[in-house]
Amino acid sequence: MPQPEGLLYSKEHEWAKFDGDVATVGITDYAQNSLGDIVYVELPRVGSAVAQFASIGVVESVKAVSDLFSPVGGEVVEDNATLEADPAAVNRDPYGAGWLYKVKVSDLAQRGLLMSAADYDAMVAATGT
Amino acid sequence: MYTPHTQSDIEQMLETVGVPTLEALLRVPDAVALKRRLDLPEALPETLLVERLNAYALQNKALGHTSFLGAGAYRHYCPPVVGSLAMRGEFLTAYTPYQAEVSQGYLQAIYEWQTYVCLLTGLDIANASVYDGATALAEGAIMAVNATGRRAILVSKAVHPNYRAVLRTYAHGMELEVEELPLAADGTTDVAKLDAKLADKRFAAVALQSPNFFGAIDVPGAAARAALASSGTIPIAVVAEAMSLGALAPPAAWGAQIAVGEAQSFGVAVAYGGPYVGFIAAGTEHMRRIPGRLVGRTVDGEGRPAYTLTLQAREQHIRREKATSNICTNQAHCALIATIYLAALGASGLRRCATLNVERAHALAERVARVPGFTRAFSAPSFNEVAIEVPHGMTAGGVLAALQEKRILGGVDLGRWYPEFGRCMLTAATELTTDAEIEQLGRALEAIVAERKEAVRA
Repeated sequence: MPQPEGLLYSKEHEWAKFDGDVATVGITDYAQNSLGDIVYVELPRVGSAVAQFASIGVVESVKAVSDLFSPVGGEVVEDNATLEADPAAVNRDPYGAGWLYKVKVSDLAQRGLLMSAADYDAMVAATGT
Repeated sequence: MYTPHTQSDIEQMLETVGVPTLEALLRVPDAVALKRRLDLPEALPETLLVERLNAYALQNKALGHTSFLGAGAYRHYCPPVVGSLAMRGEFLTAYTPYQAEVSQGYLQAIYEWQTYVCLLTGLDIANASVYDGATALAEGAIMAVNATGRRAILVSKAVHPNYRAVLRTYAHGMELEVEELPLAADGTTDVAKLDAKLADKRFAAVALQSPNFFGAIDVPGAAARAALASSGTIPIAVVAEAMSLGALAPPAAWGAQIAVGEAQSFGVAVAYGGPYVGFIAAGTEHMRRIPGRLVGRTVDGEGRPAYTLTLQAREQHIRREKATSNICTNQAHCALIATIYLAALGASGLRRCATLNVERAHALAERVARVPGFTRAFSAPSFNEVAIEVPHGMTAGGVLAALQEKRILGGVDLGRWYPEFGRCMLTAATELTTDAEIEQLGRALEAIVAERKEAVRA
């Protein structure tokens, strides 16, 4: 599935959508598909500081628990509380209802370290999966 | 069965690595090599060996003593049915007991154990057990740290000193702060200033033990509970004498979100250093943070009830160093014994046994208080253990030593951990404590007082 345009992607299969200096973060369709049925998401606390590419939470599927790496750094300003009751939203709608949290980004230059949709597609294709 | 290497195995391995002899491979430096045989007696035939070991056992000075020891390890009666079921080969050989394909019986027993722990604590979820009460407290504290993101733990000074020591060891490695809550005059934890203490929201958890180390029933009142709730600090209940749960309100009733403790009292023999039975229970909100193994009930392919490990994705065989806990071994067989014990007594039996403990301890306290100069150290209500203050001019250690000469293990000297209580001894009674034993203790104390008066006069 081609990635939505207008989002930026990390090597760890997270996406970030910028709206001014606030970025909404989620995992890609490829990531949710590889993980399988997601049963629990542990998000960073609202108000906490996260560093770009740092491990800040976990996604638990029926198969495994995987670390969540933040594609952007800054202060967490909101989390998707609906995931507590409905973690499967990440599987159903990874770019919409399955968003994870929002960050007030400390430095917009961080965008330069992320990939475009085309580059991310190429990276996934190159891994041969 | 242990199968040693054969001579040809050894030769083949030496040849593969290119070393002529075993000695050359190991190369113990000359300076430290022991060049003689170990100083051990020659092998004995089994009959003579048993005789020799019996002779050693008879040197045990504890034999024939009357015991009032408690302080975290309690002498309770264990019905023979517990041993005869727990020692069945099906249970003893079920290694590892966690494989669903081959261990349905063991898994069911662990599931029942978890159910008992939930019933006794009033909480939603319990694990398959951990080493002992002390490690259970440390693991409970780590759960609270992970749940709150805070790095400090507040623990009552009335929590068992050994438990606090283990907590500090864990905290040191994780770079957590541990602070202690002081004692009130009545032998409970001083929670009057808890509000102010928790105001800066630095503490992940407050750990309170009831009955506490001094035997006092020690649960926070409404004000302390409100302080805990408003600060977002997780209340951890510590239960070092699980028998008390048969008579007292469950920890969930005072608002504990996590309950940890020691279930040795449920049929497990008193042993120096264990193995014992640690338990952890928590509310559903902490489900994914409970360390160790959890057995769940489900149905198999044909719809029949089946048991299997559940919520394992965070454990160390999958998450390695990122696991919830890297020390989650339990002693499944001890937990099995406790499970069978609880099943054998049943709810009404456990309640009667626990009530008997209260009665016996009160009879003990009343008798001791009739000895001139001996008083109860604290006024708070107790379960099966009381702190006794010895007369002025005496020490608890001195009184206990004098009792031991009269073949009585009178309790433990609180001065060992609390210098301010050097005149206090902690004395326990259980359903096994008879009127005759209590009278024996009372008379022995009277004799000690009389002997001392003689000595002073002389």
